[in-house]
Amino acid sequence: MSSSYTIRMEKICYSVGGRKILQDFDFCLERGVNRTILGISGAGKTTILKLMLGLLQPDSGQIFIGDLCITNLPESRFMQQRKCIAIVFQGGALFDSMTVGENVGYRLFEEGRLPLPEIERIVLEKLRFVGVGPALNLYPAELSGGMKKRVAIARALAADPDFIFFDEPTTGLDPIGVYNICSLMQRLQAEGKTTLMVTHDLATAFATSQRFTFLHDTRMLFEGSEAEMRGSPISEVREFLKPTDESLFV
Amino acid sequence: MNIAIIDKVMLNFFSELQNYFALIGRTLVRMFDRPFYYREFVIQFDKLGFSSLFICILSGLFTGMVMALQSLIQLKPYAATSYVGGMVAITMVKELGPVLASLMVAGRVGSAITAELGTMVVTEQVDAMRVEGTDIVKRLVVPRLKAMLLALPLLTVMVDAISLLGGYIMASGYGINPIMYITGIPQFMVFQDLIEGLVKPVVFGFLIAMTGCYVGLNTRGGAEGVGASAKQAVVLSSVLILVTDFFLTKIFVAFRG
Repeated sequence: MSSSYTIRMEKICYSVGGRKILQDFDFCLERGVNRTILGISGAGKTTILKLMLGLLQPDSGQIFIGDLCITNLPESRFMQQRKCIAIVFQGGALFDSMTVGENVGYRLFEEGRLPLPEIERIVLEKLRFVGVGPALNLYPAELSGGMKKRVAIARALAADPDFIFFDEPTTGLDPIGVYNICSLMQRLQAEGKTTLMVTHDLATAFATSQRFTFLHDTRMLFEGSEAEMRGSPISEVREFLKPTDESLFV
Repeated sequence: MNIAIIDKVMLNFFSELQNYFALIGRTLVRMFDRPFYYREFVIQFDKLGFSSLFICILSGLFTGMVMALQSLIQLKPYAATSYVGGMVAITMVKELGPVLASLMVAGRVGSAITAELGTMVVTEQVDAMRVEGTDIVKRLVVPRLKAMLLALPLLTVMVDAISLLGGYIMASGYGINPIMYITGIPQFMVFQDLIEGLVKPVVFGFLIAMTGCYVGLNTRGGAEGVGASAKQAVVLSSVLILVTDFFLTKIFVAFRG
């Protein structure tokens, strides 16, 4: 796959139980441009990630990974293309029945291409990278929230993806946990990974992304840099950046 | 009732039915595909089979004792108490053994399958597996189905055997000796009865596993959704077992001519 490939959404409409989540939504994630999707809870941020991964199917519109349109394709047909993407779910989504080591090496074990010692080496390397090496043989239930997030990042890294999606990576973490996740994301970006994050944590967003997309009422209301966002005349964006008494109970 | 509501309910029902059969189809196609997930199969066999052993033994023992007691009361006026072994055997092997074991397993294991898969769905573990390139049906459904197809017939045989023992414990109180008890069995049973008694748990096991997996994988919401799904799976499996039992019996009777 070319180094300049993109993940694109064109005219996406998606609804759940008759409620519209996205309406004619266009979005493009280029390699090398780290982005954050912002918006209030329930705006459809996580839905965008799941649509891009093919975990959800849109009502209409098209999604492309590189040149391949994955809309309505069976998963087996775009598994190869999706390997360039990894995701860190909001709660970590670690497999309860497996140890931390088995979680991190899951994809490598499944693929069965590498010998066991090589997989073990990669697993240890990734766990050390995120700073939870000693947790190798623990089960997810024995980890704190912050450690779970870091193990989830290690699992995402194990398959060496080009794009890493982060779904609310700092939610529920203490300031040190948030700092750790931010610095990890920055290190990943320095290593050439492209990150796409959905969050409503502005500090994390501005510390780790160059471009920002603001979702409101099923549509993209704003797209641009931090400076452009801070200077935006759009009232919803201004309200989101600096809530006032008017936003109470809205 | 408003016609639009009936329309919506029917549409929903047939859509669910279609998805259920689609999952069955995909599962059957993948049953013989690699990778086989042996470790997962062994774990599931342990969870589904061994963990249900005690409850099956207990229900088999007491049902056998009750069957024998009721039969002895009915047979005594006719001086036919020596037939008690045969009566317990035919009832248990053909009907009660498979149905009882299946209902026990549906309650204990079917709900556990649903709760486990449902929790994986709501905590996004299933999505994570899909992103990691795993075929969910092959990884989660097929090992559970295989384990159930092997475990339930074995549990049924155990229930049958224990119920015969329970029946003998009661019969011995009425002066029936072991020889009389055992020789009464072939007078009531033929080889086909044993086959029927083993085909039924295979079919019931299939229904329990597929229903548990289907409901589990379609869980929505959080903890409340998981609880509702587990309840739904038990009710659905139990009803399916009883309905299917009737139709299977009809088919077996038709084959006997």
